[in-house]
Amino acid sequence: MNIISRRSALRLIALATTVLSAGALTPVSAQERTSVKIGYALSLTGPNAGGTGITTLPNYQLWVKEVNDAGGLEMPDGKRLPIEVVEYDDRSSAEELVRALQRLATQDEVDFILPPWSTGYNLAAAPMFDRYGYPHLAATSVTDKAPEFVKRWKKSFWLLGGGHDYTSALAKVLVDASDKGVINKKVAMISIADGFGIDLVTAARPSFQEAGIEVVYDKTYPVGTTDFTPMINEAKASGADTFIAFSYPPETFALTQQVQVADFNPKVLYFGVGTAFPIYAKNNGDAITGIMGIGGIDATSEKVADYRQRHEAATGKAPDYWASVITYASLEILQEAIKRKGLDREAVSEEIATGTFQTVLGETKLEDNQLRDLWWAGQWQNGQFVSIAPADRPGASQPIIPRPERK
Amino acid sequence: MLTTTIISGLVLGGTYALIAMGLTLQYGIARIMNLSYGEMIIAAAFLAYVLFGQWGVNPVLGLLVAVPLGFAFGYLVYGLMLRPLVARAASRESLEIDSILVTFGLLFVIQGAMLVAFGSNYTSYNYLNVGIDVFGAVIAANRLVALGLAVVAGGALYLLFTYTLWGTALRAVAVSPRSAPLVGIDVNRAARFAFAIGCGLAAAGGVVISTYQTFTATAGVVFTMKALVVVIMGGVGNILGALSAGLILGLVETFVATYLDPGLTLAATYLIFLAVLLWRPAGLFGRSSR
Amino acid sequence: MTLKSFGSVLFFLVVLAALAFLPFYAGEYVVTLMIGMTGYVVLATAWALFSGPTRYISLATVAFFGIGAYTVSVLSETLPYVLVLLAAALVGLVVALVVGLATLRLAGVYFVIFSFGLAELVRQLVTWYEVNITGTLGRYIFLPVTSDGIYWQLLALAAATLLFSWAIGRSRLGLALKVIGDDEVVASHCGINIAGVKLALFSVSAVIITLVGAIQAPRWTYIEPSMVFNPTTSFLTLIMALLGGVDRLWGPLLGAIPLFLLFEWLSANFPNHYPIILGLIFIAIVFVLPNGVLAAAERIFSKRRGVTVPAANQGGAL
Repeated sequence: MNIISRRSALRLIALATTVLSAGALTPVSAQERTSVKIGYALSLTGPNAGGTGITTLPNYQLWVKEVNDAGGLEMPDGKRLPIEVVEYDDRSSAEELVRALQRLATQDEVDFILPPWSTGYNLAAAPMFDRYGYPHLAATSVTDKAPEFVKRWKKSFWLLGGGHDYTSALAKVLVDASDKGVINKKVAMISIADGFGIDLVTAARPSFQEAGIEVVYDKTYPVGTTDFTPMINEAKASGADTFIAFSYPPETFALTQQVQVADFNPKVLYFGVGTAFPIYAKNNGDAITGIMGIGGIDATSEKVADYRQRHEAATGKAPDYWASVITYASLEILQEAIKRKGLDREAVSEEIATGTFQTVLGETKLEDNQLRDLWWAGQWQNGQFVSIAPADRPGASQPIIPRPERK
Repeated sequence: MLTTTIISGLVLGGTYALIAMGLTLQYGIARIMNLSYGEMIIAAAFLAYVLFGQWGVNPVLGLLVAVPLGFAFGYLVYGLMLRPLVARAASRESLEIDSILVTFGLLFVIQGAMLVAFGSNYTSYNYLNVGIDVFGAVIAANRLVALGLAVVAGGALYLLFTYTLWGTALRAVAVSPRSAPLVGIDVNRAARFAFAIGCGLAAAGGVVISTYQTFTATAGVVFTMKALVVVIMGGVGNILGALSAGLILGLVETFVATYLDPGLTLAATYLIFLAVLLWRPAGLFGRSSR
Repeated sequence: MTLKSFGSVLFFLVVLAALAFLPFYAGEYVVTLMIGMTGYVVLATAWALFSGPTRYISLATVAFFGIGAYTVSVLSETLPYVLVLLAAALVGLVVALVVGLATLRLAGVYFVIFSFGLAELVRQLVTWYEVNITGTLGRYIFLPVTSDGIYWQLLALAAATLLFSWAIGRSRLGLALKVIGDDEVVASHCGINIAGVKLALFSVSAVIITLVGAIQAPRWTYIEPSMVFNPTTSFLTLIMALLGGVDRLWGPLLGAIPLFLLFEWLSANFPNHYPIILGLIFIAIVFVLPNGVLAAAERIFSKRRGVTVPAANQGGAL
């Protein structure tokens, strides 16, 4: 016990000296530097590789390419330092992720670490970012507990809202429509028995209850389900005008096809993650018009349209319509904060928390370390997944309810 | 409701049966526990995707490309990688372990190659996604193709195995690899063919599955596991066993999803599987001694 | 105790002590690395403890590993840490006994598949329970356990496991196991309670594996079934143990260490081609080192001394 406490005291002193000297020496070391080391550990293989490959990795690549093409990251003194990337594969394992992050921080001593993909992995990563004093811009983490996390991990930033935000926005869309007499107040919903689906469905139940919406069918299905005929039949028989699936991409795709096969045409169709993927539109063509989902983009924004073009040109694939643009914006925030404060992580974190930034999203400012100006629901209209909620935010499109009948 | 459940259960089961038949041949006759089986399925799915997306070849025609390719691949893999292991194996157990290890390596090689070639994205396309009315139940045409193919392939293989000399030789190898040479059967050749046919079936399964299911380069293990469960339930090396076990599994899943709770389908799958194993350790159609 | 065995005990203790003091002179990353490595050493050794003598290839490793992690996540807020670990071990033991009683009569590949199915079943049941009863899937673990603390616990567990494995090898039980492994019929004729011995071994191995999961869990802060019931864990454990050779005390350890370091090196240097290289290495291992590293080393060693190892010894990897 004695040894341990002495050790931790020693470590505290060491840490304090490092922090102090880092703060004092930053300008000097910045001049000696020839590059900025940016590290990340992503799930390049394993079950998480799918999501990582759509939302996270391409944006990191795009950003690094753009920054380096422009000569590098701009420092406060106007000098540009190219980015040197240190990349690890966590093989979709939390233990590997934690280890890779420690390696980035203590072995490679990178200047900044970019976060992993998904809610769970960002949570697993948060203590590591915190311990080594790196700002953590969690752009793909949906959690209602962000306000608590911000207190626990001071340099963590939560940019994608919580499940409750999404479901209460959805409830509002439905209530507005039923107030107009377009749909009844009954909802049939299914959800995947995995992290995100559960978060959403547990948030949805109270959201709907508050809004006076009756949930007439509410079932959960396991990961890997491919045949939704039983559930679609039940939903069809339930008399609800709204069918909601808090699903993962494979099931979202399967459901989209299977509602067509079953000739199931509820007035509102809302599918979980995956609706915002470009491949979703590519595969299903016109059939998806009117389908709602999480996210959406501001269809009126030229910046977003330009970003989408650059993304496709640089990585060969279109970004998704939800977290991609947020991920990119988080990198822009980091870039700008570095430009203002240099490579001092303490100051950069402070700047991210308090500064105002011009990003692809427009003027962006975090409140209590969270990004709250988000699009909570979107709908496919004219080949774009446009945002429909919050309806009063500039750039929102009008929801089309009931969704147009398929030909 | 009941007919709908039964029919969609059978259709789902058809998919399971289709992917399980190749594995049961490989394990039953060639004695290779092929852990890379699912990756072969996915590889064929990607092939169908490329054929359809790039050249507009419809997946049913794609079968004509994929199945021979799968067969050739299996033939090569057996000759190059597995044959030496069979030759040096001192016992059935040591071959089992070696084949698990080697095909586990192969799993990573195939998966890695697909990741490099196609990335890790979700992949899917639309083909024959129209509802067809079967006794009052609406079923997607592409799934019916899968069921049809499973029944045709299963039936053809069964006939082949039961009524041709060549098929009898293969069965002899399955039953008793040590005594088969005594009656003039070339065990090595038989095993090589069985393994190659298995890969051909995997390719067929992959092409058909790609028409209605989203896949990723890393999704192979799911198919391997489902196929293994079906193979073990049906009895190793037993084509009809695989067919019926696949259908049973499909029915169970659909019934549980409809009448119990969709959340328990997978748990039910494994419970049934365990029950069958405990009740008949050699599978529904297996002989009790191996 | 002969001089030689006294020497090896001394060596063991010195190495153990050196490892225990590692956090004081090595960097944090080394400690992290050692956590992962020690974790796999324990897993592989515990796996071989059961699978080596009985020749059952178990893929249930991750089922117990996950049970351990989950128990910690459930109880970490309500019980003191030591009791949490005890509870995890107990849960692991109970599950192992139930499963063992039901399944140890399965043979060969049936057991392989069953054990894999078990991991999936446990995962599905946990998921179902969390979804329907508690309404959340992820659980948070906020325990004040440092990396160093986790490392020491794992190291202690590793030492205990090796010691246990060594003790079994020298006991009557070990002899019984050898007989069972060679020929079950002979064993039963000798009056060995085969089922009991297997069950005992399975349970001990499962409890150790459960503890590894329980000890490592606080590192991840957040736990959900897909994270802790990751089938790769089972496969890696099996490969490591087989690479080293399961018939020898040090085999699994000597398989786990190089493979672990290799994976680490690969994921750092070839993140995009990692699976291909890994796969090729696997295949190469099977062809070049069919009976594990130790057996190969012994063969080379004995050749140099002009002694031939009896062929039977090299017969099967398992």
